[in-house]
Amino acid sequence: MIRSKNIQQKIAFHIFRLLSFGILGILVWILGFIIYNGIQVISWEFITSYPKEGMTEGGIFPAIIGTIYLVIGSMIFAVPLGIMSAIYISEYASNQKWVRFIRIMTNNLASIPSIVFGLFGMALFVHTFGFGDSILAGSLTLGILIIPIVIRTTEEALKAVPESYRLGSFALGATKLQTIKNVVFPIAFPNIMTGLILSVGRVSGETAPILFTVAAYFLPKLPQSIFDQAMALPYHLYVIATSGTDIEASKPIAYGTAFVLISIVLTINLLAGWIRRYFEKQNSI
Amino acid sequence: MRFPMKIVERLLEGVFKMSSSITSIVILLIIIFLFKEGFGLFRSPVVENGYGLYINSKNPIADINPTQIKQIFDGEIDNWKTIGGNEESIYLFRFDEIFSIYTDEELGENYQFLPQKLNNIIAENSNIIAFFPKKYMQEISSNTKEIATKNIEITDFVLGKEWLPTTTPSPLFGIVPLVLGTLLVSFLAILIALPLGLGVAIYLSEIASNRVRGIIRPAIELLAGIPSVVYGFFGLVIIVPIVQKVGNISAGETAFTGSLILAIMALPTIISISEDAIRNTPLALRESSYALGATQWQTIYKIVIPYASSGISAAIILGIGRAIGETMAVLMVTGNGAVIPHSIFESVRTIPATIAAELGEAPIGGTHYQALFLLGCVLFLFTLILSIVSELISKKQTSKTA
Amino acid sequence: MMIEAKNINFYYGNFHALKGINIAIPANTVTALIGPSGCGKSTFLRLFNRMNDTIQNTKLTGECLVNGQNIYDKTVQVDDLRKNVGMVFQKPNPFPKSIFENVAYGLKVNGISDKKYIAERVEQSLIAAALWNEVKDKLHQSAFALSGGQQQRLCIARALAISPSILLMDEPASALDPISTSKIEELIHELKEKYTIVIVTHNMQQAARVSNKTGFFMYGELIEYSDTKKMFLNPENIQTQNYITGRFG
Ligand SMILES: Nc1ncnc2c1ncn2[C@@H]1O[C@H](COP(=O)(O)OP(=O)(O)OP(=O)(O)O)[C@@H](O)[C@H]1O
Ligand SMILES: [Mg+2]
Repeated sequence: MIRSKNIQQKIAFHIFRLLSFGILGILVWILGFIIYNGIQVISWEFITSYPKEGMTEGGIFPAIIGTIYLVIGSMIFAVPLGIMSAIYISEYASNQKWVRFIRIMTNNLASIPSIVFGLFGMALFVHTFGFGDSILAGSLTLGILIIPIVIRTTEEALKAVPESYRLGSFALGATKLQTIKNVVFPIAFPNIMTGLILSVGRVSGETAPILFTVAAYFLPKLPQSIFDQAMALPYHLYVIATSGTDIEASKPIAYGTAFVLISIVLTINLLAGWIRRYFEKQNSI
Repeated sequence: MRFPMKIVERLLEGVFKMSSSITSIVILLIIIFLFKEGFGLFRSPVVENGYGLYINSKNPIADINPTQIKQIFDGEIDNWKTIGGNEESIYLFRFDEIFSIYTDEELGENYQFLPQKLNNIIAENSNIIAFFPKKYMQEISSNTKEIATKNIEITDFVLGKEWLPTTTPSPLFGIVPLVLGTLLVSFLAILIALPLGLGVAIYLSEIASNRVRGIIRPAIELLAGIPSVVYGFFGLVIIVPIVQKVGNISAGETAFTGSLILAIMALPTIISISEDAIRNTPLALRESSYALGATQWQTIYKIVIPYASSGISAAIILGIGRAIGETMAVLMVTGNGAVIPHSIFESVRTIPATIAAELGEAPIGGTHYQALFLLGCVLFLFTLILSIVSELISKKQTSKTA
Repeated sequence: MMIEAKNINFYYGNFHALKGINIAIPANTVTALIGPSGCGKSTFLRLFNRMNDTIQNTKLTGECLVNGQNIYDKTVQVDDLRKNVGMVFQKPNPFPKSIFENVAYGLKVNGISDKKYIAERVEQSLIAAALWNEVKDKLHQSAFALSGGQQQRLCIARALAISPSILLMDEPASALDPISTSKIEELIHELKEKYTIVIVTHNMQQAARVSNKTGFFMYGELIEYSDTKKMFLNPENIQTQNYITGRFG
């Protein structure tokens, strides 16, 4: 006997399978579109030369360098603060109310749209502090953006370290700091690394926060100090895709830029996954 | 030997504790700076800075609001009666017209006669409305009176139906079209993403084999990692033309296009949170359902989904929050027409897209700049509220499980 | 015989959980399964409504018969079997729905939509589970508002609603207080008239009180199976004796 409820289940499950593979399809479509078009543009020269002819020709070297500067700058700012904050929350804090409060604040900060960070960075760093449109202002803005990610991943990594390790270390007469430094941190390190790498991915792709804090449409030379403006890959893609001097003519450059951007982000994601798996395997032995 | 060690420990603990307050400090600073810049708008005059609107003092009109000013200068209102004055056609007079009436000689070498001439013109025409720089109107004759001297009001901002930040004499900062545009695009995006995401979450948590799961999960993670500007670019080059062709419309940059892109971007959030919620349904509930002869699908939609509903709602709200705040992708594919949308196949402009598109051109400290910061405040409040609501909901879920 | 097991072996992966079990359970009796923790009682019980089907990587050999029919036969529809073989779990686990909807659930998922019939069955089942008087005024309130013992009786009512002939109970009273436990035991006593009941329990007195027959499991084997009276007064096997007298487990 064939029952309607079994048929219903069959149909529903088929639809869900279709949807899931549809999502896979969307990913393949997006990546395929960018890789297919980008690979035809990409060359050593494209990566290492300056834009030419109103950005319809030439390469994207300054944008790549700018993004690297921004990644480094924001990490210098966010990583120590984020990690220390997480260490305090998970290793020291005894006041649960304070911990809850911090956690709520961290979650809220994470939910603020990136354009709001852009506004804030502009008001505080660019104008109030007088940094002007600069790598410094942009890095600080991006740094603030990723602090919640750093805190959260570090906290999770620390929490995953079994309590018995800590107790064992205390039992040997180690102080709290020694325990954290010699026992807890080394075990949590791979997971913390994964979190940091993921935030590098986030920083290299963000556009809205740098629009008004650092990004330059075109610069004839590389930034010389942290008070200079910089070009950046995501902003570069935005500009040449929407408001270049000749949008059609600069399309290949846009594909190339998108390709480089996507490659960075994908590499970072894969790297993070690889590190996590590698250490998981090592720890399980 | 031990003594300095102790000091170091204490010191570091203090440093750690201080850094743990960083997020709270940042949020506080964001509130202070956004609101400080934004609320300056309500201390700015309705009429463009440095300019004034003048009428003949016999004209009974006491005041007019920004929308009326705009309509008068657009010629949509051409009689004083429309806004409660005498039955008299409106005589619009812009400052530069003075130079076609008087010669340079008559105005004087340093324009020293200009203020007097301006006053004369107003005195001679009872139906005039004149838009002059304030610096020439320092002494106002008894025949002249200035109107629209008030500051921009909160209601102009919150209830205003037009966003025309650069029109003269008085720009309009009505956020209604922007709010509607933002909500339309975001809700439509979630409407598209929710059934999709839920289906995928069910597939991954209930049906898929480990191997398939091992392929699709990383794919979704990758999808979450793609920068929004790349989504925008993809949307612009691929989705926009498709929407244009399929919808048979003149421009493919529509609210719908933005929603499609946003839906893809919201999927990873919705999928992973819903999947967690589904997974957290107790095995005992499922088994009881199977034991009563229910199929797996019946168990899913009658037991698991209702049980996971608060987790799923949290996912929806979080997804809406993300969608509302998303900037670049939306900016690139929605066409950015700042008018109240009537259909999903029209161009719309969202709040974040407005900020991104206009802040670069707004003079620092001017009303436009302040209005954009105020938009930032609105956005901040929107997402803050949504994040709090979603937290409350997921807390309810945890207490139910406990 | 209502329930029969013929040379059953069951494996979780490589783990041999049930070893060569043979048993025959007559209709309208209460059979208690006892034995130390992890000996395979639940595994055995769950074979008879094919609940183990949902666990991956398992293997079954031998025959499970209900009413003479091999329930693992390809022609048997799992949901037909489960309609006939109800199950009550260790912890009260009502669905997050109203009391009424909890009892009506089994009817609805089996395609019954006649509102009047459903209402009738809900009432009959709640009466049969000795819960009706306590809940008849709040049928549409959440089932979570009930006490633990009431919830467990609701779960029994839920199982009775689809008119099974067999009830499998896996430690149905182990999560309850003594008063609720005795109510459940009374209930089992009454249900025996109409249903064949197999109950897993860790409570020796309970087994002695409610059951007609008792099976003693150890390490996946059925060590002894006989009338409850005989088992408790004069067990054949030394292991059974040790277990019952508390010298083991
Ligand atoms: N899903 C499973 N996967 C693997 N092994 C299992 C599974 N369920 C049970 N087992 C193993 O099978 C054996 C029998 O388990 P079962 O739950 O049947 O024991 P039990 O007699 O009901 O114990 P208890 O009295 O504690 O409920 C145990 O050793 C258990 O570890
Ligand atoms: Mg058991």
